[in-house]
Amino acid sequence: MSLRRRYLLSLLLYAPALLLAALFMGPFLWTVGSAFKHPTEIYVFPPLLWPEEMQWRNWVEVWIQVPFARYVRNSVQVTGLAVAGQVLSTTLVAYGFARYRFPGRDFLFMVVLSTMILPFEVLLIPQFLIFRTLGWLDSYLPLVVPFFLGAGPFFIFLMRQFFLTIPLDLDESARLDGASSWRILWSIILPLSLPGLATVAIFSFLTHWDSFLGPLIYLNTMEKYTLPLGLRFFQLVADAGGAPREHLLMAASLTVSLPGLALFVLAQKYFVQGIVLSGIKG
Amino acid sequence: MATLSAAASAQRPARGRRKVSLRRQEALTGYLYISPWLAGFLAFTAFPFLASFYLSFTDYTVVSQPRFAGLANYAEALTGDDLFWGSLRRTFTYAAVGVPLGIAGSLACALLLNQRLPGTTVFRALFFLPSLTPLVALALLWQWIFQPDFGILNFLLAQVGIVDGPGWLSSIEWALPSLIIMSLWATVGGGQMVIFLAGLQGVPQELYEAVEIDGGGVWRKFRHVTLPMISPTMFFNLILGIIGALRVFTVAYVSTEGGPAYATWFYILHLYTQAFKYFNMGYASALAWIFFLILIAFTYLQVRASRHWVFYAGDRD
Repeated sequence: MSLRRRYLLSLLLYAPALLLAALFMGPFLWTVGSAFKHPTEIYVFPPLLWPEEMQWRNWVEVWIQVPFARYVRNSVQVTGLAVAGQVLSTTLVAYGFARYRFPGRDFLFMVVLSTMILPFEVLLIPQFLIFRTLGWLDSYLPLVVPFFLGAGPFFIFLMRQFFLTIPLDLDESARLDGASSWRILWSIILPLSLPGLATVAIFSFLTHWDSFLGPLIYLNTMEKYTLPLGLRFFQLVADAGGAPREHLLMAASLTVSLPGLALFVLAQKYFVQGIVLSGIKG
Repeated sequence: MATLSAAASAQRPARGRRKVSLRRQEALTGYLYISPWLAGFLAFTAFPFLASFYLSFTDYTVVSQPRFAGLANYAEALTGDDLFWGSLRRTFTYAAVGVPLGIAGSLACALLLNQRLPGTTVFRALFFLPSLTPLVALALLWQWIFQPDFGILNFLLAQVGIVDGPGWLSSIEWALPSLIIMSLWATVGGGQMVIFLAGLQGVPQELYEAVEIDGGGVWRKFRHVTLPMISPTMFFNLILGIIGALRVFTVAYVSTEGGPAYATWFYILHLYTQAFKYFNMGYASALAWIFFLILIAFTYLQVRASRHWVFYAGDRD
């Protein structure tokens, strides 16, 4: 293929790339535009693509109309605890599987892997009954405690993969210097596994921030709602009234989406790494 | 001599014992590290798994003790429940339409990004961003896009001549397709695409060159090199895509609540309603187990079928 032809071809490829980018970004732009509209600009035909004047106060209004600040605080609390528990426990478990020999290890690791394809819907009802017996309903415990106990087989798998790439010689020489196993994990393995930890933390964050079914089942009191539940509640309130509320709903929805988007912009590398590890080696 | 060998033989078992105790110590440390998972697995996975199997044979509504009911729940689901087969059919329709479209779309995006155009990283980011939208937010954003009178979609349709756009989420015929469109937007450029992209980057360039020498064009390269080489990736995406699609819940719960007229009443929605609205825990457990068996059977069939179309480089037979 001549250089000229190749050049023309690559120019030709920009057309579908731009079209796809428009398809992916268009819905975002429309909702962002709507989030800045004045209430009178919502129910108009033809629809206004962009507001006459940016209504920044919509973004404040959301926080006044529903206890949004409280939802944010709850979500930060639940997500923070669950992520911390998940990173901590899956790291320890993965270290055990990667570095120690014990009877039944390979079998138990197979069990870890097989729970990956177990749909959690099968466990939902008995789990609910267990938490009810423990008196944990309408608290954050069901949303947090399991993640301190190694829930998240994919993360165990991922961290183990990371640990296996670290040469055993490092452990050995540290052990000869008298380092304990905890010490080896803390000062040798973990510093070399920061990309793995970051990947686990990011994906754990996204899952818990987005979690809907769990909070829906376990939380009854409105003051305890997390953001996804609060957003759903806001939707019901908005539907009940007569006046247009879509601008506020859009502002609220986009606010909830922001942390994930920001995280992606800041840590794109780890996203790709985590996804690729799951797909290629899995 | 005698004392020497006696000393040697006395030493040997001692060293052996030390080795045993070292090994035991290693095993103990190992168990200690995995103990959080072991405890969590027993309490929150293994026990619930067995318990739900048991509950599926009982009549249990939380207020009273579970009463053994034999196969009554299963019989009720298969023959008595008006919504069971319908919800199963809708869920499978959702997966059967959405998953192939999603995979084709992701592959197309990945092929495009794999051309290494200048600015590829920007495009990749733009394609990926929708997949980061939390599901509840996704449902709300698209409710407004789909809004029949003032939404952008029907307006754009009107611009190209389709004046009477459908009611989308509020229409019985269009609610299910609307949810498929919504989920395609959120998944096509997401993880699936990134996995395809990694698969494509693993295809050896020599193979393409070989086709070129044989005078093959773009299509033959795609058909005879790309597709076989990425078939394991395709298989992975297909399995996960189908499982994910069959579990659809949140978007339907938030945007349509299963309506209108049960048009988007999916299986897990049915299960959720039975369990947590009506507290028919026994019946809902049977629903959960039927779902589990369907997923297992489906995955097994796919693994079987994959032998005919998935190609693992390095395998010889």
